[in-house]
Amino acid sequence: MGEWEVVIGLETHAQLSTASKIFSGASTAFGAAPNTQASAVDIALPGVLPVLNRGAVERAIRFGLAVGATIAPRSVFARKNYFYPDLPKGYQISQFEIPVVQGGEILIVSPTRGEIVVRLTRAHLEEDAGKSLHEDFHGMTGIDLNRAGTPLLEIVSEPDLRSAAEAVAYAKVLHGLVRWIGICDGNMQEGSFRCDANVSVRRRGAPLGTRCEIKNLNSFRFIERAIEFEVRRQVELIEDGGTVRQETRLYDPERNQTRAMRSKEDAQDYRYFPDPDLPPLVIDRAWMDRVAADLPELPAAMKARFETQYALPAYDATMLTQSREMAGYFEDAVGSFGGEAKIVANWMLGEVSAALNRTEVDIGAAPVGPPELAGLLKRVADGTISTKIAKEVFDAMWTGEGVADEIIAKRGLRQISDEGAIEKLVDDVLAANSAIVAEFRAGKEKAFNSLVGKAMAASKGKANPAQVNAVLKRRLGG
Amino acid sequence: MAPPDTIAALLQRLDAREVSAVELTRAALDRIAEANGTLNAFVTVDETGALVQAQAADAARAKGTAGPLAGIPIAHKDVLMTAGLPTTCGSRMLANFVAPYDAFVVEGLRRAGTVLVGKTNMDEFAMGSSTESSYFGPVRNPWDPERVPGGSSGGSAAAVAARLVAGATGTDTGGSIRQPAALTGICGLKPTYGLCSRYGLVAFASSLDTPGPFARTAEDCALLLDAMAGHDPRDSTSIDRPKEDYRRSLAGPPADPARPLAGLRIGLPEQYFGDGIDGDVAAAVDGALDALRRLGATTVPVSLPAVRLSIPVYYVIAPAEASSNLSRFDGVRYGHRAAAYDDLGDMYRKSRAEGFGAEVKRRILVGTYVLSHGYYDAYYLKAQQVRRLIAEDFRRALGACDVIAGPTSPTPAFRLGDKSDDPVEMYLNDIFTVAANLTGLPAMSIPCGFTRGGLPVGLQLHADHFGEARLLEVAHRYQQATDWHLRAPPGVGRHG
Repeated sequence: MGEWEVVIGLETHAQLSTASKIFSGASTAFGAAPNTQASAVDIALPGVLPVLNRGAVERAIRFGLAVGATIAPRSVFARKNYFYPDLPKGYQISQFEIPVVQGGEILIVSPTRGEIVVRLTRAHLEEDAGKSLHEDFHGMTGIDLNRAGTPLLEIVSEPDLRSAAEAVAYAKVLHGLVRWIGICDGNMQEGSFRCDANVSVRRRGAPLGTRCEIKNLNSFRFIERAIEFEVRRQVELIEDGGTVRQETRLYDPERNQTRAMRSKEDAQDYRYFPDPDLPPLVIDRAWMDRVAADLPELPAAMKARFETQYALPAYDATMLTQSREMAGYFEDAVGSFGGEAKIVANWMLGEVSAALNRTEVDIGAAPVGPPELAGLLKRVADGTISTKIAKEVFDAMWTGEGVADEIIAKRGLRQISDEGAIEKLVDDVLAANSAIVAEFRAGKEKAFNSLVGKAMAASKGKANPAQVNAVLKRRLGG
Repeated sequence: MAPPDTIAALLQRLDAREVSAVELTRAALDRIAEANGTLNAFVTVDETGALVQAQAADAARAKGTAGPLAGIPIAHKDVLMTAGLPTTCGSRMLANFVAPYDAFVVEGLRRAGTVLVGKTNMDEFAMGSSTESSYFGPVRNPWDPERVPGGSSGGSAAAVAARLVAGATGTDTGGSIRQPAALTGICGLKPTYGLCSRYGLVAFASSLDTPGPFARTAEDCALLLDAMAGHDPRDSTSIDRPKEDYRRSLAGPPADPARPLAGLRIGLPEQYFGDGIDGDVAAAVDGALDALRRLGATTVPVSLPAVRLSIPVYYVIAPAEASSNLSRFDGVRYGHRAAAYDDLGDMYRKSRAEGFGAEVKRRILVGTYVLSHGYYDAYYLKAQQVRRLIAEDFRRALGACDVIAGPTSPTPAFRLGDKSDDPVEMYLNDIFTVAANLTGLPAMSIPCGFTRGGLPVGLQLHADHFGEARLLEVAHRYQQATDWHLRAPPGVGRHG
């Protein structure tokens, strides 16, 4: 494999989060009964006409601005003509020669090459088709046009990716970005974010090989496995003296393989031409400025700011900027806490993330919010409880027992810091464990820790560990 | 003095309670019942619905809530969607299709109070210049039933010419309002592209299709246009501009009653007065120009050099758009589906082969060809470039004149079957009309005389974008001074 270089470009379809369709007023909500969300425009009755949803355009502009692309001041909708039962007009309205978003780039971390730039070719607006339902009807095909006319942004990358892992890293960053800027819900099970991968292989330094396009990959795992399979297939084919045919392939997750769907020879002639029903899409400076003013701080900028403003390591800053909700939670908690930000980061990447995963809850719906977490961390900082006890309190907070102070009071978890009480505690432990004391005196250093443990246990973990240490040392003649 | 059965005159009689909407409607239905067997102008007559609408119009008149056209019986070309009525486009494909909604212009005329008596016959999907390609049989010209009424809106033109209704709608993609108006001796107006919404007009060629009115006088056209024009957010090519009052712009006497067109400059393109024009047609048009000069207008020569390319340009662009627009007729959701088929491809092939007629198929083939890979640049793209040259010619010419005049059609009405075997011969009928569609300019045909054989001749006038008021005014002044528009076909003219 060492002599082979893999070349990958991704075409990603992000379903835009508009309430209504791109050319009609019908709802885009997922999961409705078949054909209940298909208007006269969506079923292509005679005489109806498309009217562009400006919300879809605005989302395309947001994306373009977020990736540093050129927003075309004038772009053109074209008809892509082909017959299929779930394509009611007999053509799909898309953008062909002049797309709305041109260029741009995405920064990713490659597992082998470090931080790299993936160039974008373009991103264009188009409508989705309906669905053909082959299973539910004996000997017939059902057509559900609820999805017909759903707005999509097709984001096309340059062939800058060099491994399945890089393709996944790119898809994840893109997925995070479209959610971050609020243009797509990113729900991959429902098909809101799906990728086609163009894959080719070449010997290092050779010109580009013939590519195959793998269609409709709707999970990161499928992207990785499909590309890995396809790379193996192409390399083996060439090494066995064969040649790769340009074709469209489908990934079968059950068998973990790709299979040919259609070759370039039987590719259709889509007879693209500008849609005469839609004037060119004109985006002026003022519209772009309004969208730009509304754009949130982007993940890369926020990550950099977290590193300087909160003195966080790069890893923490990256992890905390995986989503806007995560970052917002962090900043709110730091603000309420008032202490060291790194402590908040540690808790978020530790206890909070673990609890979210365990209970399968989104951070926006976490039972412990930023002020509650800050309330808990304050009690650690002021010595009311130890870190160890704090974890117990956190778990209780998560299950809804109350805020930190209530739980500490109710469960009697307040740390024992009274010098006299600790001296008594230590004296009792020493009296009851003369054998261990003897071991210590005989030079066995580990016996000291054992005595600390006994004292802490006797206090049910509430004794201030530092004070226990100090008293014990004093008593043992330190 | 307007003839007693124009829309304007009928409105006066309705206002004066000399006649009711129900009486007018019954009379129209009677005339249709009598004449349609010969003319085949209507494919659907909605007697029950029409009488209900007429009663409502009379009630509204009694209450004082009537719209401006309340009680006027009209007809719509069967390419416009009319809620609850069949909308067939003259095609087997939609022979059983009932429209679930109203087209924008249908809605406007309904709101104005018109009474819809029926839907008129047309060339299949509006593709034709003779109304011979309808699945429901050809329409005949009231002036001579052996001759065609022109097309594609031949049913509407014949219905108005035969006085079955006083007004009707048509659609004009390459001359489909103006040419039949000329061949049947009535007025037909193709408005500026974008003035009347295309919502509910079953698309033939989206960048050219334009709904417009047929009537016997310019004044009636103005009345209908007032109800048909307006911005419609459901059509992205509909233009948002202040609404005009076309009728009012005709009211009142001119500044100089002897010379009402004083100051008007009429451009005469050399390309519209050359060879290939029937001698009687040329003579009638010359006579009309003399009359216009007597009314105070001056004529100036202009040149439209690129206009000679308008037929080839049109017959690339229109079929290209049609090939895509007609893809939705696939037998899946509505329209004709073959009774038996082997698989999906077979269903498409059989349904479309059975559902479409020869001319529609010809244009789908041509359109598919010119858009296909490797030919797009040479045909479609080139045609769009030439289209811009033609628009530039008109822009320049309209800088030197106010309206451009010429014959609407090079010949009068021809005999049924004469051209139906030769598509190119048929296409040449549109030689003077397609430019207005390619440029989006408003144009109108008005009756301006007869051939020695007694067939009507039309004069075509073009104006600048949104120059409808000017076209109507010129036509109105001309009609005040002439009587060509009052002539009725043989056997027609007894008013109900």
